[in-house]
Amino acid sequence: MHIDLRTVSIKPLRQTFDHVARRIGGDKPASRYQEGTFDLQATANFHYRPTWDPQHEIFDASRSAIRMADWYTFKDPRQFYYGAYTLARAKQQDTAEANFDFVESRGLAADLPVELRDTVLKLLVPLRHVAWGANMNNAAICAYGYGTAFTQPCIYQSMDQLGIAQYLTRVGLLLGDVEVLDDAKAAWMSDDAWQGLRRYVEDSFVVKDPFELYVAQNVALDGLLYPLVFEAIVDDVLAAKGGTAVAMLTQFMTDWYGETKKWVDATVKTAAAESADNKAQLEKWIVHWRDRAAAALLPVARLALAEGADAVLEDVVQQFNTRLAKAGVTV
Amino acid sequence: MSTVFIALQTNEDTRPIIEAITADNPHARINEAPAMVKIDAEGKLTVRRSSIEERIGRDFDLQELHINLISLSGNIDETDDELTLSWNA
Repeated sequence: MHIDLRTVSIKPLRQTFDHVARRIGGDKPASRYQEGTFDLQATANFHYRPTWDPQHEIFDASRSAIRMADWYTFKDPRQFYYGAYTLARAKQQDTAEANFDFVESRGLAADLPVELRDTVLKLLVPLRHVAWGANMNNAAICAYGYGTAFTQPCIYQSMDQLGIAQYLTRVGLLLGDVEVLDDAKAAWMSDDAWQGLRRYVEDSFVVKDPFELYVAQNVALDGLLYPLVFEAIVDDVLAAKGGTAVAMLTQFMTDWYGETKKWVDATVKTAAAESADNKAQLEKWIVHWRDRAAAALLPVARLALAEGADAVLEDVVQQFNTRLAKAGVTV
Repeated sequence: MSTVFIALQTNEDTRPIIEAITADNPHARINEAPAMVKIDAEGKLTVRRSSIEERIGRDFDLQELHINLISLSGNIDETDDELTLSWNA
């Protein structure tokens, strides 16, 4: 018997959903990110206004002073939807686990100079309270913000910050004992060096405008804290003093910041490019929160850098300004 | 002039690669087959790392291309930034 193999190519009747096709033009194949983002925000049939905020609908773009003709103009350059996000983080978590294993199994933590270990504990462990604040804030932006393109990455950011708080806790437990967590909490609650930053975090909890909160947390505070602590202090200064092991333990934070800053820049750029009003509003917020964050971080930087802190922080602020200038905002 | 081509599997990884090739090579023809995209071009075809990175928002190693590569034709000129297929005239 003779069998002929034949290929039949079947052209799909439609490539994507109508609402996605309306946005990307024509019946083109859409990416999973586009399908998992566009027009997912509920927009109609809100029968009752929330009793806790009767001036607004449940989902209401007017909660923010930033105005967008279309809230789906925002784009996450990482194109994170649930699947892509969890895959990326699972991979990074494997690396982080391997790093912790490496440091632990070779006893590198015990080899750290005592003075350096104290500095690391004093500087890094209280930061888990800051990360927890960032977790709360991003969850709030997601809850009160508008449009999936803007809010979706915030909930990922929120989970990332929870992860960072956990990594910082593990660094503390690896270098010290459970007491270090209590000591760090005590420092966070009453040590002079931390009160400025604590006030910043607590003040951000009551910011009502979701976009202002975005600026306060993701643009200003993270934009200064991560380059200062994880790049300037841990990767440069401490590593040079024999703290390479610490840089390994905080590798996730360094990589994560490098990645998320692309998303933050894209968001600021899109909002600022929309209108002159948006740009002016953003500049006002960024200057206000940047100056507060810089002032709050100075005593924290002094914990590790002593008199060198001012110069390093000034450098970090300079880089921050250059970065935002690229995003179209003059601060 | 002769035609060079590159054929890639159709999936979420190759979508930005195909978009980048289409943007960088306006003369290329895209042929969509089941589970495969074959891109033909007269004379020369360039795959640029920077264009792919723009679309995926992370660093991309051009070697990652090979995971989803089915076939190609032409002389290959490969650097860290570009992969060019061409026929020497």
